[in-house]
Amino acid sequence: MSQAGDDPKHWFDGDAGPVVRPYAMTRGRTSTATRHRLDLIAIVIPASAAGDPAGDRTLSPEHVEIVELCRASPQSIAELAAGLDLPVGVVRVFVGDLVESELVHVTRPVPPAELPDVNILREVINGLRAL
Amino acid sequence: MVFGRSSRGQRPIEPVTLKILVAGGFGVGKTTLVGAVSEIKPLRTEEVLTEAGRPVDDVAGVEGKTTTTVAMDFGRITLRDDLVLYLFGTPGQDRFWFLWDELAQGALGAVVLADTRRLEDSFAAVDYFERRDIPFAVAVNCFEDAIRFPAETVRTALDLDPEVPLLMCDARTRESVKDVLVAVVEHAMIRARQQREPAVTT
Repeated sequence: MSQAGDDPKHWFDGDAGPVVRPYAMTRGRTSTATRHRLDLIAIVIPASAAGDPAGDRTLSPEHVEIVELCRASPQSIAELAAGLDLPVGVVRVFVGDLVESELVHVTRPVPPAELPDVNILREVINGLRAL
Repeated sequence: MVFGRSSRGQRPIEPVTLKILVAGGFGVGKTTLVGAVSEIKPLRTEEVLTEAGRPVDDVAGVEGKTTTTVAMDFGRITLRDDLVLYLFGTPGQDRFWFLWDELAQGALGAVVLADTRRLEDSFAAVDYFERRDIPFAVAVNCFEDAIRFPAETVRTALDLDPEVPLLMCDARTRESVKDVLVAVVEHAMIRARQQREPAVTT
């Protein structure tokens, strides 16, 4: 919000919030058939067979954008959400669709309740000190 | 993004991703801390605190702050091509506590950022991480106009277990924040070792 936020009765354009409800883009779906929940830091990597998603009529523009963003450089669900300016939940649905159609795959972060390997932690410490 | 994108169209490296949470009261400097070490400008959703928020958000003692983070903000540190650390600021207000569970899933550890002027704002975070057994360190953000207290006084006030690291920090300074993060990961490593080699009970 910009200066208009000083008076809540006078929100214009983007300040008034999205015109289209977020989940309208996913045709009302809030989840997909993917087996595991996609973590915020799961990295989305395009499949080598992804070809030209823009020519695929079954995909929405958002699907295509996600594949293209990740092809430029693989990124996390959180980064995609920030980059596309979409709620994380919506991005999860789109990425779930892409996983289903085998256009991307996602890395699985360390599962909850399972601590990362001590060696990885040591590397993190060394990496932080070297920053 | 700097994940090693290979030049000859090979598969990109799949990095291991880890996350550390940054929790603490409203206006304590979580976004500042994330920004001090992140290689990207923290990605965030911030909204100007308007009249609607004023009766709810208590800004006593931090009146200078005009915005609050109502969604998570995060930064990224690429430690190596295949090792990436994300820092997530948790939502500052208690009414967004439900977002924490999702954030806390798989977190390697956490920083509780504290302000000695409003130490009680840290209780919820300390309590949360203790209960979920998530390794955390407490970092006291030394605001210029805040009275400095000895570490032991803060430790007692927060009722911290003796093994929990407590540091004085300046959330604006990269070096200071690095020290805080190293303390968290070292603490997590000690905990991981203890869990792997269970102590002999006598």
